[in-house]
Amino acid sequence: MGRFSGFLVTLRQMGKPRVTTEYPKVKHEKPERLHGRHVLNRYEDGMEKCIGCELCAGVCPANCIYVRGADNPIDDPVSPGERYGFVYEINYLRCIHCDLCVEACPTEAITETKLFEFSFTNRSDAIYTKDQLLVDDDGRARRMPWELWLGGEDDHTSAWMRSTSPSGSSAYEGRVSWSGELGFGVRPPEHGQQTPSPKPQDD
Amino acid sequence: MSRVLALDPLLRGSVTGSVFLVVVIKVVIAFVILLVAVLLYIWAMRKVIADMQNRIGPNRAGPYGVLQTLADGIKLFFKEQSIPDSADRPVFRLAPYLSIMPAFLMFCVVPIGGTVSILGHQTFLQVVDLPMGALFILAMSGLGVYGVMLAGWSSGSKYPLLGSVRASAQLLSYEAAFGLAILGVLIQAGTLSTHEIAVQQQWTNAWSFVSHWFWLKTFVAFGIFLVAATAETNHPPFDLVEAEQELVGGFNTEYTGIRFAIFYLAEFMNVITMSAIAVTLFLGGPSGPSLGFLAHNNVVNVWLLPMVWFLVKVLALLFATVWVRASLPRMRYDRLMSLGWKWLIEIAILWVLVTATVQVAMVEDWNRLLAASIAVVAAVAGYGVLYASMPKSGEQIEEFR
Repeated sequence: MGRFSGFLVTLRQMGKPRVTTEYPKVKHEKPERLHGRHVLNRYEDGMEKCIGCELCAGVCPANCIYVRGADNPIDDPVSPGERYGFVYEINYLRCIHCDLCVEACPTEAITETKLFEFSFTNRSDAIYTKDQLLVDDDGRARRMPWELWLGGEDDHTSAWMRSTSPSGSSAYEGRVSWSGELGFGVRPPEHGQQTPSPKPQDD
Repeated sequence: MSRVLALDPLLRGSVTGSVFLVVVIKVVIAFVILLVAVLLYIWAMRKVIADMQNRIGPNRAGPYGVLQTLADGIKLFFKEQSIPDSADRPVFRLAPYLSIMPAFLMFCVVPIGGTVSILGHQTFLQVVDLPMGALFILAMSGLGVYGVMLAGWSSGSKYPLLGSVRASAQLLSYEAAFGLAILGVLIQAGTLSTHEIAVQQQWTNAWSFVSHWFWLKTFVAFGIFLVAATAETNHPPFDLVEAEQELVGGFNTEYTGIRFAIFYLAEFMNVITMSAIAVTLFLGGPSGPSLGFLAHNNVVNVWLLPMVWFLVKVLALLFATVWVRASLPRMRYDRLMSLGWKWLIEIAILWVLVTATVQVAMVEDWNRLLAASIAVVAAVAGYGVLYASMPKSGEQIEEFR
């Protein structure tokens, strides 16, 4: 056929399955440890985990986190301990989802979900305040009107943290060293780190 | 004027109010059919090409995305229409209409059905049956180049100008082969009227599609017609006019909004009209087997079936155009020119000579086989001489060196 064989190629494709995913209706399964937007977790008794230490803001390479801590009110404490996050804002126009804040957090207060499909229509919507970031009374992320979720995309809010905590070393894989979360309890460890990292010196 | 129109039985007697009404109805319906056909063709083309590339294609507007073209049209209608400062404004405004009018007028001489009676008047299912319909087709396809040429020239900008220079060169080159290919049919049919040509290809027995339709009797002309018509409509692989990698958008670069949409519409309208003309001239027009168990004057046999056969043939050709669009890459410009000038025109001329010899042999009652073989041998020898005298690729003519 020579130069006309192209016609057969195109004709043969007609019966083959499509490669297109009908995106908003059908979504590919997301990787377990995908870095999406953050949530602020709470303990199983409903107390907030954040202690307002500002380590996340300090480590953030994009300078997108703004935290102000305050002393807990004695009669109505927000978090166990002395201080709590009084103001907590993340600007998602700047966030690069590197998860350094999650690594820095001493109380696993901030973790990332798998949610990233936002379409804000103005800049102020892009700045998530503490009310928007904090999980609701069932321990689930709050749904903003401009976010697109399907099914249980908000289930795995801390997979990456659980697979690498506390030091990112695979030597700790499978060892539970984190506290329970509101609505989910103590989550099981994440398995499946591919490359073993060198054994920590002080272990 | 009355003699020009008198081929249609509708206009043979006195022209009354109802005759006038029938003509107006036919014009309006033909216009609507062509517009709707363009909308559906663009949608179907995108769907079929998507199929051939393992994609889904438009599927948002309406069921299976069938209203996508309409949505695009509405969007373009409400967009700003900008005119460049350097443009020749009246010509810039006129060019889109110059490009769409011939596309529509060409469709007017195409018979899309048999002879029917409307409001008690016998009439053909075509807007007008001109005595020189085939010449009219040639004239209109020649006029189509003006829209493209003036659009590029009046834009006052370099890429549109280059696009329109290419367009005029390409269209003029292939116009000759196109006309000679049609001539192959006209010599055998002995008439210029498209209705007469369709009648000569009538369905009389099961083998009519071989013995009566012109595609086999003029198979060389048919092949040249298909290639030349593809080039005439600037359809891939001959779409150098709007080669976007080289010319931004070609002649319509500076056009926006509804004026751009009209160029787009004209392009695809031309494809449909050319397919309809190919069906009329070579593939029997509306002829096809009728349902034997119904009376020959039954409404299905008279009205519906000819239109269905016409539609089926046009759709087959349109699918072929889409298939070509999805399969072939754009031609290089020098190859386009050498295909047109070194191959198509010569072969078309020689084919016309062979056809004429056979036709004369039939009239004069010579030995047809002998006459035909002598003519074919002479034509091949003639082409050999022509080919030997052509500059080959890589070889340049002395004065252009």
